[in-house]
Amino acid sequence: MSHAHAGPHGASVDAQPDVYTNPVWRYLVHAATLVDLELRKLRRDPSELIMRAVQPALWLLVFGQAFGRLRVVPTGGVSYMAFLTPGILAQSVTFISIFYGIAIIWERDMGLLQKFLTTPMHRSALVLGKQLGASTRAVSQAVIVLVLSWLVGVRLRMGWGVFGVLVLVVLGAAFFAGMSMVLAALLKTRERMMGIGQVITMPLFFSSNALYPIDIMPAWLKVVATLNPMTYLVDGLRGLLLGVGTHAVWVDLLVLAVAGLGMLCLASYLFPRRLAG
Amino acid sequence: MSEPERGMAEDAVVVEGLTKRFGDFTAVDGVSFRAAPGECFGLLGPNGAGKSTTIKMLTTLLRPDAGRARVAGYDVSEQPQRVRSAIGYVPQMLSVDGALTGYENLLICARLQGLRPAVRRRRIEEVLAMLGLEDAAHRPVRTYSGGMVRRLEIGQAVLHRPRVLFLDEPTVGLDPVARQGVWEHIERLRQEHGMTVFLTTHYMEEAESLCGRIAIMSRGRVAALGTLAQLRERVGNPDASLNEIFTHFAGHFEHQGGLRDVSRARRTARRLG
Repeated sequence: MSHAHAGPHGASVDAQPDVYTNPVWRYLVHAATLVDLELRKLRRDPSELIMRAVQPALWLLVFGQAFGRLRVVPTGGVSYMAFLTPGILAQSVTFISIFYGIAIIWERDMGLLQKFLTTPMHRSALVLGKQLGASTRAVSQAVIVLVLSWLVGVRLRMGWGVFGVLVLVVLGAAFFAGMSMVLAALLKTRERMMGIGQVITMPLFFSSNALYPIDIMPAWLKVVATLNPMTYLVDGLRGLLLGVGTHAVWVDLLVLAVAGLGMLCLASYLFPRRLAG
Repeated sequence: MSEPERGMAEDAVVVEGLTKRFGDFTAVDGVSFRAAPGECFGLLGPNGAGKSTTIKMLTTLLRPDAGRARVAGYDVSEQPQRVRSAIGYVPQMLSVDGALTGYENLLICARLQGLRPAVRRRRIEEVLAMLGLEDAAHRPVRTYSGGMVRRLEIGQAVLHRPRVLFLDEPTVGLDPVARQGVWEHIERLRQEHGMTVFLTTHYMEEAESLCGRIAIMSRGRVAALGTLAQLRERVGNPDASLNEIFTHFAGHFEHQGGLRDVSRARRTARRLG
């Protein structure tokens, strides 16, 4: 069966090899394959996304409506509901990504991860593919939240800035999914991942600018908020959707990209060492 | 060169003094053996004997703590990337995604192996035909029987025509008919493609029907190594069953394995049921 089949491009003396030889292209194909895998699964079973839309809906409909009436938060001239929407968008992106590591541990317990790790795929292509796979989930989540906000009467800037919003969501999800994978490599069990997820999600949320601007925070919380990557996600989204960001959007993008890259490196290092066996 | 009958050509698997420790526990303790190209080599032993740990080192999933291993001519510690291009691996646990179809599972694997689109399509069709999965190709894998899942997993592992195929407990949890089917496919792959097959098992019949040579592992060491005939000769009983041979070299089964192995084996069995 090892006959040399002449492919459509095999006319020359050197037949085209069976596998991609360009390492950059191969790396991209590998990462894209994992994103494709995630998309196929998502299309088959979108129920998770729908259930995950409940929480942001509650924040917008209940918390946003009630809290907005107090008019105590300086929102920079926009309604509290509008101010809150990027925060809730960032929250749902963060939460969906932060539990991503549980899926990795599940794959490892099943044997899927071992299959990936014994292919010639570069370790970091595996992690990058998984990070961007989480991003695809986050993007669909973001679309749901934006539709919800429109339904409750929030009018956002929907021009070309939407592409910027997409990039922010992709980078933010990639960072938090990377962080989740680092935690998965360190903790190794689903139970511990559930626990740590519960422990860190709320502090991340409350120590960011999602519900209130940094200006009104006490000094110590300002420091925490400045170190919290979620702050940059919210700030970038606010800048693009409302025009009331604290930093320039490119600063927010840069912070998220660098943080995501850091997690990519860390996870690529830890992953095969701690989860391969 | 300790075995002159297996000539100058590079052996498919060369293992010398391979060792792996987990904390104080030495799972694999200075193991040495060779497998010739085209051979079916079996690691036999009860749960906890170190078979899976050995296969994980040979497939680059675990790094050895001591000793050396070469697979398809490449060192597993120094050239893991080359080893990965030359091997196929079917893990003991589930390595297919139940939400996807058989075709999609194969497609993902073919891409991860770096196969070009034209080659990819041809190989997937070949593999589906060879393993008798053409009719089920576009059904979600969660509707497959245990035997079909195993065949698909083997298909995934041979898309890129590896030189060495590693199978960790290939028929655990399967009924006798499905097991027979999987054996036939493994044997065909070996004969038609000249693939070296390296498998672990704790089923005597499996080793007997598939393997040319057998290494019996016990408590992380190779207790005996040879063809079935050679092992029988050493036991001094030409009719000895593999079970008797095993007991002769490694003692009784009961000593090994613990709760962790039991739960793992049951989980593996359940997923296919």
